[in-house]
Amino acid sequence: MPESTSSKIPVTVLTGYLGAGKTTLLNRILSENHGKKYAVIVNEFGEIGIDNDLIIGADEEVFEMNNGCVCCTVRGDLVRILEGLMKRKGKFDAIIVETTGLADPAPVAQTFFVDEDVQKNARLDAVVTVADAKWLSHRLKDAPEAKNQIAFADVIVLNKIDLVSKAELAEVEARIRAINPYATLQRTERCQVALSDVLERGAFDLDRILEIEPEFLDAGDGHDHHHHHDHDHHHDHGHGGLKHYHDEDMQSLSLRSDKPLDATKFMPWLQNLVASEGQKILRSKGILAFSDDDDRYVFQGVHMMLEGDHQRAWKDGEARQSRLVFIGRELPEQTIRDGFEQCITT
Amino acid sequence: MKEFDPGESASIVSVTDQVRRLSIGMPVIAVHFLGEDAAFVGAEENVAVVNAQSEMSQVAVHGGGILCVASDGQRIVMGGDDGKLVALDKKGEVALLATDPKRRWIDNVALHPDGAVAWSAGKTAFVRSGKAEEKTFDMPSTVGGLAFAPKGLRLAVAHYNGVTLWFPNMAANPEFLEWAGSHLGVVFSPDNKFLVTSMHEPALHGWRLADNRHMRMTGYPGRVRSLSWSAGGKALATSGADTVILWPFASKDGPMGKEPAMLAPLQARVSMVACHPKQDILAAGYSDGTILTVRLNDGAEILVRKNGTAPVSALAWNGKGTMLAFADEEGDAGLLEL
Repeated sequence: MPESTSSKIPVTVLTGYLGAGKTTLLNRILSENHGKKYAVIVNEFGEIGIDNDLIIGADEEVFEMNNGCVCCTVRGDLVRILEGLMKRKGKFDAIIVETTGLADPAPVAQTFFVDEDVQKNARLDAVVTVADAKWLSHRLKDAPEAKNQIAFADVIVLNKIDLVSKAELAEVEARIRAINPYATLQRTERCQVALSDVLERGAFDLDRILEIEPEFLDAGDGHDHHHHHDHDHHHDHGHGGLKHYHDEDMQSLSLRSDKPLDATKFMPWLQNLVASEGQKILRSKGILAFSDDDDRYVFQGVHMMLEGDHQRAWKDGEARQSRLVFIGRELPEQTIRDGFEQCITT
Repeated sequence: MKEFDPGESASIVSVTDQVRRLSIGMPVIAVHFLGEDAAFVGAEENVAVVNAQSEMSQVAVHGGGILCVASDGQRIVMGGDDGKLVALDKKGEVALLATDPKRRWIDNVALHPDGAVAWSAGKTAFVRSGKAEEKTFDMPSTVGGLAFAPKGLRLAVAHYNGVTLWFPNMAANPEFLEWAGSHLGVVFSPDNKFLVTSMHEPALHGWRLADNRHMRMTGYPGRVRSLSWSAGGKALATSGADTVILWPFASKDGPMGKEPAMLAPLQARVSMVACHPKQDILAAGYSDGTILTVRLNDGAEILVRKNGTAPVSALAWNGKGTMLAFADEEGDAGLLEL
């Protein structure tokens, strides 16, 4: 492994459609008595009512690396601001990047994959998306940005639940799950959420990709997810009266194999897949068991960018099962499944 | 990373015992000479000035991080995340040159030999010429770097997808040199014939100003953060690789169609380069703390500082070329008299 992640400053990306409550959450993080100091990169000055010399205005400037590859867009302003902030190392514990309501989180995340200097000093902790319980269902229909933000999220703060009925809440949660069954979901009023549920999540930490199981609505329901082993189209099935939707253009796809994978086939397949379908794949993650390899291999990706490493040895008695997840737009499901099958040893 | 063991090159000439060792007590981002004094610019708030007797005094210049530094030998001008542009002169006096009304970060600064100063905050570039009249110009994207041309009041402003060449005192439209990508630093060649930018990608891009012909200078493993013209502008020395990369600029075609020289290879990345102002010698600092002086024509090396410390973050010769000052990211520093 490269340098330990602990010395790197964690960066939380805070997204959410206009009016969902991002600023409310940000103000809470900054005013709560947690003994930590946050540097905050905001897109608009003045919305935050807290005096803090570590609040920095950003312009959300993206540019295309590699001479115009749209999948390699990065936030140049973030590169610059993070470099400047590093001069004040020791003055803050973590960084929060707020994006505009219309922003695509991908360029922010990709900045952490491609910039060597950013990687040296900071690590992406999680993408936190604040969603408005009352209006999200509408926005998912008319605002592709809102859907992107849900698909990209590691944590979804479903806010303003006091403004909706139980049935409406179930409806919006089902819509979220149709797009992203893997994010943790926090239901809140006025963004009243334990900060430990949104900060220091380690969602991009390869060492913490322990489980990639879908999160179900009733957290604490025993997490009985074995139905996934039996059939693929989870959106076709109800669970305990839970509504299931199929989102027409944004889906998640999970793959499993109990037989080991052939690394010499899998790696080129995965690289080709993200190279050719990277525009459609927003996020990818996997825990892999290769033949003739006693270590778990983990990877994660954002669009075309992948990072992976051996994580640790498989434990005695631990099922050597490979699991992969893709979240994306119009994913070529059958092609991906067929390609994956070819990588399984026989 | 394994420590570099210069075992087999035991024959290398060493002057490490002639270095005056200094402890600056803060991370250093730049060093410049003001007369006999070496001024070490900290990452935050202060400049440590060391005189010929090795006495050190701290001067407070900013209320936060120091983001950019330029010097013309008479003064050092710095921009900070406190929104202030500040000058420190030879007498150790600090002058406030400008304050951004919105307290934006001052990201870049450049000095002209006739006393003009340019700086930028976000997308806006500012120029104040000797007569203290201030001009501003808004760029299409955030300014990545600034440089004055060696002749006339002409400012190069690097930004996304190219460089804008602006004559602040002329009504003419600025010239735009286009090249896709993010341009983060910019320098003119001393003969005013070439313009070179360092990009976010590990590459340089250049233009021959007579005909705007492109020069792509690629192959670096890392971003190029340090550029230095050799005496007379015959070559451009750069950081970013595990050797000093030296691009030839002596002919009218510059480096077009030519390979760069690769000097002083180590098992560490070059972090800083500083060419001697008069002779064909350069000093190179590395990510493992090593500092070498290197003769340009044959690559002969002299060891100034051994490896095993933080990356070298500041390196400069005095104007006469009789003193070399250096410092690293943890504030260990030194002065070498030749």
